[in-house]
Amino acid sequence: MKARVHVMLKNGVLDPQGEAVRHALGAMGFDKVEGVRQGKVIDLDLVDGATEADVTDMCEKLLANTVIESYSIEMQG
Amino acid sequence: MKAAVVVFPGSNCDRDLAVAFEQAGFDVSMVWHKDDALPEGMDIVGVPGGFSYGDYLRCGAIAAQSPICKAVAAHTERGGYAFGVCNGFQVLTETGILPGALLRNAGLKYICKTVGLKVETSDSAFTEGYNAGDVIGIPIAHHDGNYFADDETLAALRDQDRIAFTYAENPNGSRDDIAGILSENRRVLGMMPHPERAADEGHGGTDGTALFRALAGVLTPA
Repeated sequence: MKARVHVMLKNGVLDPQGEAVRHALGAMGFDKVEGVRQGKVIDLDLVDGATEADVTDMCEKLLANTVIESYSIEMQG
Repeated sequence: MKAAVVVFPGSNCDRDLAVAFEQAGFDVSMVWHKDDALPEGMDIVGVPGGFSYGDYLRCGAIAAQSPICKAVAAHTERGGYAFGVCNGFQVLTETGILPGALLRNAGLKYICKTVGLKVETSDSAFTEGYNAGDVIGIPIAHHDGNYFADDETLAALRDQDRIAFTYAENPNGSRDDIAGILSENRRVLGMMPHPERAADEGHGGTDGTALFRALAGVLTPA
């Protein structure tokens, strides 16, 4: 089974990389973008029987720094 | 006086930090990231700058989970002294020994230059060789030195006089211009600038020497 973890900077934490992407898009003429936030996707291959609680534990302890980042988990069959 | 300096794969300021400790009179032991204990009788542990584990995932995140970091955390919980510089500061925040986190520089550029650093408090073993308000010249060399903490944490740092250094001119977007902070018991200092790179005439500046000398003075057995 697999899990996909999305890690994003929390709202209120400045994301300079997202801002740079937004500026670049604007400079290229994409004028419909009001904001960009950049994050990470982490795919986990899990042994059978692994649970979302296991992945949550991994997020809390390593995959995300909860001081600055939020995360969400998609369990994929 | 004994100091340990931790070496991770990718550390590159470990020897500089060791030399700065030695010049202040410490006996220095280098400890490898896979060691699960510090040598006996360490007065202070230095966590050096560099790119531990290639900065993978987040700067300092993998190092914070290494066996030696468990030993460093246990040492600080016992009231031991620790000093993290640059990547070492990032490691100390990732372990939770110090609050907050270091984000990508606001200007997205790696910055390597000597900056003016304002001493905010002289009330610590690290900073008592300076006067509060002094501005010293210390090099920075980082891509992720933008200090972030929530409002509540910043207020606590201010109220408890735990902001050790601020930038005279903020180079990286750090909240409240913060360059270095102390733990609640004032025995752990984490800072992005490199005092060990301003500790010898050959470095082009010696403003960092007072930090190591002050530590040596405090930690010398009476």
